[in-house]
Amino acid sequence: MTSTAKTATRSAFLAGFRDGAPFVFVAAPFSLLFGVVATDAGLTLAQAMGFSMLVIAGAAQFAAIQLMVENAGIAFVLLAALAVNLRMAMYSASLVPYLGAAPLWQRALIAYMNFDQTYVVSVARYEKDPGMSVPARVAYFLGVATPITPVWMAMTLVGILAGQAVPEAWSLDFIMPIMFLAMVAPMMKSPAHIAAAAMSICVALALAWMPSGTGLLIAAGAAMLTGALVEIWMERRGS
Amino acid sequence: MSYTTAEIWLIIAIMGVGTFLIRFSFLGLIGDRPMPPFILRLLRFTPVAVLPGMVAPLALWPAATGGQPDPVRLLAAAATVIVGYYTRHVLWGVGAGVVTFYGGLWVTALL
Repeated sequence: MTSTAKTATRSAFLAGFRDGAPFVFVAAPFSLLFGVVATDAGLTLAQAMGFSMLVIAGAAQFAAIQLMVENAGIAFVLLAALAVNLRMAMYSASLVPYLGAAPLWQRALIAYMNFDQTYVVSVARYEKDPGMSVPARVAYFLGVATPITPVWMAMTLVGILAGQAVPEAWSLDFIMPIMFLAMVAPMMKSPAHIAAAAMSICVALALAWMPSGTGLLIAAGAAMLTGALVEIWMERRGS
Repeated sequence: MSYTTAEIWLIIAIMGVGTFLIRFSFLGLIGDRPMPPFILRLLRFTPVAVLPGMVAPLALWPAATGGQPDPVRLLAAAATVIVGYYTRHVLWGVGAGVVTFYGGLWVTALL
């Protein structure tokens, strides 16, 4: 690697770190809550930490704990929790055009840390800056993940140790929806994006009765198709 | 909870491996092979197709209020989207949402 490429990679990492750092404030209460809930449910410290270090997916972790509290069958716990994560297969596919050329170990490392925040922040940057090199994109992604991932794990530990000291009156439950909405609102760049979001909401609400995660997959598929078709229609009308 | 220690670790391990494989799937297997243009177009809509559908039921039927629509949460969700959309900044959106949410909770507690 030439020294200019090295500098570009380093500054991409730093830019990622800067863009990822604010999400610490949202990841922190969410993982703290997970530590509390997991301990409440009867998991040991090592087990609750195992979840936050090996899975790193808040919504799926909460889904699993809830089903475990209800003593659901193991296969059902696994299916339901993994279904919640299936949206990340879409994230994985949508990163291919940007990161597919990176070495396998780097793609594996990115896959390990490919959760909602790292994915959305990184893709927003890749779209804004199409001239970015592949090593710079990898560095940016890892930069975004660097402040969030350790805090996720550390705050789970705090939640485990603090336990009952975190009262329900803090209403931490709604921090996550606010964060996701704030992440997606600036991405509404065209009528096609707005149409896709509207379709996603309508189908997800209509299919909310389906097992967790599965209705969302159908909603996301319908929304992607809606966005693509509206975009094509607008391009034809414009030309 | 009535699982044995081994069963709990089995759940954690399979969830860890399974989640990794889901995240690795396309990125790992396709690599830099070219994809059809229509697929690329679909994939560009991934974030706006997933996040709104994920949040909508949480905002409309929050578990914290027993699944009943809650004016404070709906107002906070609306404030987040409106401010996030017009400022084009994630943090302004989060700020607006958090202030509206806790402000709303405080006001309803007074009533």
